[in-house]
Amino acid sequence: MSQELVIQAKNLDLTFPTNDGDVHALKDVNLDIHKGDFVSFIGPSGCGKTTFLRTIAALETPTAGTVTVNGMTADEARKNRAYGYVFQAAGLYPWRTIRGNIKLPLEIMGYSKAEQEEHVTKVLDLVDLRGFGQKFPWQLSGGMQQRASIARALAFDADILLMDEPFGALDEIVRDHLNEQLLHLWDRTDKTIAFVTHSIPEAVYLSTKIVVMSPRPGRISDVIESTLPRERPLDIRDSQEFQDIAHRVREGLRAGHAYDD
Amino acid sequence: METVWKTYGFYTYRVLGVDMRNLLPILTVVAAIMVIWYAASIGMNKKWTYDQAGRAGVEVTFTEMVADTWAQDRPVLPAPHQVVAELYRSVFEKKISSKKSLVFHGWITLSATLLGFVFGTGMGILLAIGIVHNRAMDMGVMPWAIASQTVPIIAIAPMIVVVMSTIGATDFLGKDTATAIFGYQPAFMKGVLPKAVIAAYLSFFPVVVGMVKGLRSPDHMQLDLLKTYNASKQRTFWSLRLPSSAPYLFTSLKIGMAAALVGAIVSELSAVPLRGLGARMLTGSYYGQTIQIWSALFAAAALAATLVASISWVERRSLKKMGMS
Amino acid sequence: MGWLIGVFLFWLAGYFLNIYLANSPWRKTRIVKLAVPAIFGITILVVWEGLVRGLEVPSVILPPPSMIGARIATSLPILWSDLIQTFVKGALTGYLMGCGAAVITAILIDRSPFLQRGLLPVGNFIAALPIIGTAPILVMWFGFDWHSKAAVVVVMVFFPMLVNTVQGLAATDSMQRDLMRTYAGGYWNTLFKLRLPAAMPAIFNGLKIATTLALIGAIVAEFFGSPTLGMGFRISVEVGRLGLDMVWAEIAVAALAGSAFYGVIALIEKGVTFWHPSQRG
Repeated sequence: MSQELVIQAKNLDLTFPTNDGDVHALKDVNLDIHKGDFVSFIGPSGCGKTTFLRTIAALETPTAGTVTVNGMTADEARKNRAYGYVFQAAGLYPWRTIRGNIKLPLEIMGYSKAEQEEHVTKVLDLVDLRGFGQKFPWQLSGGMQQRASIARALAFDADILLMDEPFGALDEIVRDHLNEQLLHLWDRTDKTIAFVTHSIPEAVYLSTKIVVMSPRPGRISDVIESTLPRERPLDIRDSQEFQDIAHRVREGLRAGHAYDD
Repeated sequence: METVWKTYGFYTYRVLGVDMRNLLPILTVVAAIMVIWYAASIGMNKKWTYDQAGRAGVEVTFTEMVADTWAQDRPVLPAPHQVVAELYRSVFEKKISSKKSLVFHGWITLSATLLGFVFGTGMGILLAIGIVHNRAMDMGVMPWAIASQTVPIIAIAPMIVVVMSTIGATDFLGKDTATAIFGYQPAFMKGVLPKAVIAAYLSFFPVVVGMVKGLRSPDHMQLDLLKTYNASKQRTFWSLRLPSSAPYLFTSLKIGMAAALVGAIVSELSAVPLRGLGARMLTGSYYGQTIQIWSALFAAAALAATLVASISWVERRSLKKMGMS
Repeated sequence: MGWLIGVFLFWLAGYFLNIYLANSPWRKTRIVKLAVPAIFGITILVVWEGLVRGLEVPSVILPPPSMIGARIATSLPILWSDLIQTFVKGALTGYLMGCGAAVITAILIDRSPFLQRGLLPVGNFIAALPIIGTAPILVMWFGFDWHSKAAVVVVMVFFPMLVNTVQGLAATDSMQRDLMRTYAGGYWNTLFKLRLPAAMPAIFNGLKIATTLALIGAIVAEFFGSPTLGMGFRISVEVGRLGLDMVWAEIAVAALAGSAFYGVIALIEKGVTFWHPSQRG
């Protein structure tokens, strides 16, 4: 790949001390993510996928090994506002309108008022929420709130998007729709996306690279480079190629004891 | 530290209702309060010291001044050890029936509080049950119950005391009945009724509002389930509403107890004869006996803490048994 | 006799009217929701008036509402000056100072979990005590005038307000705070943009509780000593003279002041915390 290396993890190790003994959340994780990649992390609970994402975001500190983002340490990258983070819940402030919510990071990062308005309008367009700017979060459906949360992560000019099961709380029909939209967005903005999910079809549909993880201790069992083309209509999920990749993901999960009791 | 607590299990985390893991911060805060208090004592009492010294034409050194400010008869701000000493004297070194015993006065206040509390809480719970089951009562009475929480009901205390004295309704059981039962009229029964009425009234409304919330707390799903069993309103009340209201009941009881105590104390200000912790504070302020005021205040505080803590103790045990803690 | 029969009939009428309204198809309308408690209240007043007149209760025991109303009408200047002394000078100044100090203290100790873990149990403890007992002490320190009453109010509202504010500041979940970290927001951004707005429901809960405490504190403090002015003063003096109609008049004014004060705070709360589920109904 001639693309530049955006995120790199080397021998990453993370252990949590808890009341019931240490939890080895990440063991010897090595991964390269290049510019423009869409990387999904999939695995059962406790496999470390969220922990890994949070380590990239400098919300957790590794106990051994390194992770570099844009050539800097994770914390430096965080202070440099290098990425946007999307949580599983939309987490919008109910006392601000949608526009107000999207302005939040821009206010903190010191954008001028004019720039703020411009960015907000642009990003509302991107997620197809034009016209809902003055509404309050509780007036929007779950899917629309999550779209607003994504818009908020896109508002400032970070090249990286870190998404932690953003569609997990939504029903499947809304999920399909948002998956499509996310793919279009990725295509138009050329961001590097790291995406944590529980859903095999979602992982295979969205990604250029699928990282299968397994628990106890959390580690990578398989890294699959997707052979699917960049342009993907929703019915590609019925194709043989799709099924093969999904099968490979399942094999990886089984090898990592995801289906054991 | 953590391993020691873990070995001995859950209960060691709490002593007297205080989470022991917060022991060090609490002790630090209390120590800081003590330091500030002693310093303030010096600051507020030193004028008297210098005045006295000036009148006697004597010079005082700094240490002598400090020692004096902590040992005055009628200090502006008594030092903690003075208050503790007075407490000790009034509790352990006086006969319980003496007019100077804090045990005596404390019991006067406590009896009025408990009597009022039992009545106020009892009536409050009954009214709450009525409100939950009768729509007319709900719409008619509940707004007044809620509004009354914004009203300083305590303002009626002096009036109730005087009115009840005028009509002669001051003694519990009345002098003759009490003598018939006990052979004499116990001191706490004399004059207790007005104070108990005020204590009852003050605890009444918080209990009503709290219990209504509690009796209405079961969610629709639970109520629908009982409907499918064709359960009567009584059945629903005893098997679902009443148990669900337990957490709210205990919260209301604590608020009601604190309110009843305040009611008893304030009503003592107008009652004759002047007895009880509130009365002690009043007479102390009449005669400038600041140490007496402070020791009565501490006794009232200890009483409040014990009463609320007892309810908390019962609460923890009951809720644990009901799986609601 | 006539009074008693009339009262009984009126009570019956009010009772059945309320039952009818409460079970009628209009029971959800605003008008009926206001009418039922109003009818209940009016019935109480009428029964009161009737029983006092019918049973010829002496007015030194219980004056009838008509007498109290007359007394209010003729004593407006006194009632007004008492209100200013107790409510505006005593309760309101103490309320503003006490609540302000509590919020500032909560923010100051916000950066020290150690201080919070120590101060909160101590604060909860003090808030449960009969703080009103500090009234005689404060009257001794600050004199008879409204300053000592304001001091009592400060002491009474400080700890409940502190506890509520600290709880409010803790009301944000870790996800929200993580989001702020991803923006490299820093302490002050997080405080002003996230935690203070999120703390408003708890802060207003404390402010509402404090309104009642403030009025109680100011009035009871006057029982311990006051210049010849003030609601508490007037009540204790008139009780001594058996002028119970004036006492009831003062109580009525106090009740109105208390509910109006609470109502104003609740109105402001509606505006500030419009977004909270409890306000959206």
